[in-house]
Amino acid sequence: MYISMKRISTLFYTLAQGFRSIFRNKWFSLASVATIGACLFLFGIFYAVISNFQNIVKNAEKGVSVTVFFDAGLGEDQMKQIGDLISQRPEVSETRFVSADEAWEGFRGDYFEGYNDGFTENPLANCANYEVYLSDVSLQGALVTYIESIEGVRRVRHSELTATMLTGVNLLIGYVSLGIIAILLAVSIFLISNTVTIGISVRKEEINIMKYIGATDFFVRAPFVVEGMLIGLIGAVIPLGAIYFLYQYVLEYIAGRFATLSGLLNFLSIREIFGTLGPVALGIGVGIGFLGSFTTVRKHLRV
Amino acid sequence: MSANSRQKRRQQETDGNEIILLDNVSKTYSTGAPALNGVTLSINKGEFVFIVGDSGSGKSTLIKLLLRELTATSGTVRVMGADLARIRHGKIPRFRRNLGIVFQDFRLLKDRNVYENVAFAQRIVETPSREIRKNVPSILATVGLAGKYKARPKQLSGGEQQRVALARALVNKPAILLADEPTGNLDPKNSWEIMKLLEEINETGTTVLVVTHNREIVNAMQKRVITMKKGVVVSDEEMGVYIDEED
Repeated sequence: MYISMKRISTLFYTLAQGFRSIFRNKWFSLASVATIGACLFLFGIFYAVISNFQNIVKNAEKGVSVTVFFDAGLGEDQMKQIGDLISQRPEVSETRFVSADEAWEGFRGDYFEGYNDGFTENPLANCANYEVYLSDVSLQGALVTYIESIEGVRRVRHSELTATMLTGVNLLIGYVSLGIIAILLAVSIFLISNTVTIGISVRKEEINIMKYIGATDFFVRAPFVVEGMLIGLIGAVIPLGAIYFLYQYVLEYIAGRFATLSGLLNFLSIREIFGTLGPVALGIGVGIGFLGSFTTVRKHLRV
Repeated sequence: MSANSRQKRRQQETDGNEIILLDNVSKTYSTGAPALNGVTLSINKGEFVFIVGDSGSGKSTLIKLLLRELTATSGTVRVMGADLARIRHGKIPRFRRNLGIVFQDFRLLKDRNVYENVAFAQRIVETPSREIRKNVPSILATVGLAGKYKARPKQLSGGEQQRVALARALVNKPAILLADEPTGNLDPKNSWEIMKLLEEINETGTTVLVVTHNREIVNAMQKRVITMKKGVVVSDEEMGVYIDEED
């Protein structure tokens, strides 16, 4: 009981020292917070832009469909059987049956509005079709080959160019974001650990004194680690806050200024962005603060 | 006498009255000549000993060996019966808590006040806060700084800073006090005051080892003087005097 009380007392002392150290070494703390904050701000902005870009491409992909036409004289039941087969494919996200009448109604509405009295029969009698939407546009080729092999299918209309382009854009975004995130992280870790190293090297004497008096490695290290993690936390919270307000402002600005684009550009909500960005940025900040202080103090503990 | 029986006899002596024992200790750094070369000496509990010698005589290396900052290249260093070469890294802090250490440059934590500097030593040994609040004012009164507990080191004179260092070294009631040039940065008046304090501490039973260049103090205090030169002990006299290199 006495031992655990002592441990608790040491724990509180360690936490308190970690907090106090931030204020005692305010210039070092400020430099560290600024470095972490700047890196995570860039990271956050980049993440928000890339996520939205990916979302826009994803939405464009959702609009990509192939249209399946059937042999003349095929009954609607048979068409629906083929439709069921198609919708079971993993590449397919959604299918929609368009009967010959619906096809003509749509066509007439689009092109012959007001001039449609001359038609007594449905000119698109053989144009009942299935609109098939893809879960992944890069799989379009495989799906088309499959559908073409089904008996009763006359023709599959698709745009190879759109699919190839969207697949290419997707890949490009993937590679570019991986590359930039890797560079940003590497630069952040380098800058932050440098700042922490300089800050702790200045306090090498303090560590020496503690060791001479008989402080254990834990006792010396713990306040530095608490301090490092707090600095990391503050360094993450500040840019996250800035991005939160900036993002909302930009969304409102675009919505107000470019209202006509609102149908085309579906931006992610702040909640969707922060669902990933928040924990990741906090994790990076606290993690780098922890690792930076832990490893740097270790260098000075051999006294 | 065989090496084993000699070791056994020394062990028995250590268990008795010897608190520090160096047996044929040498220390060689990676570059240069040996800093210590076959040093053998013993210091009893409650002794007051001056270690004198010029720069490069091996005094600092000796202190570092006693603090277990370094280990001997050969020979045995025993402090309070413990063979320092056998102490694992994780156990060094516990060993050091038996020693109080005072440096020439005071080595106070500059961002903490007098009270916090002394209390810090008690925090390390996990003294309950209630006792810290009792012990720190008491030891500050002993070194004559009761009224300055709120001051920061830079607000104090050199003599006062050394008293704080002394209070910090003593607050955990160490068996041995190592003072490395404790008067090196002080004027004669403050130097004498610090030496008087060290003498008072010694009278309470603490073994005191003072490394110094201060001839006047060494000659006046009539204590045991160990003189070192180029890594060897050249003289070890009860009630000794400061011996110059040319002497």
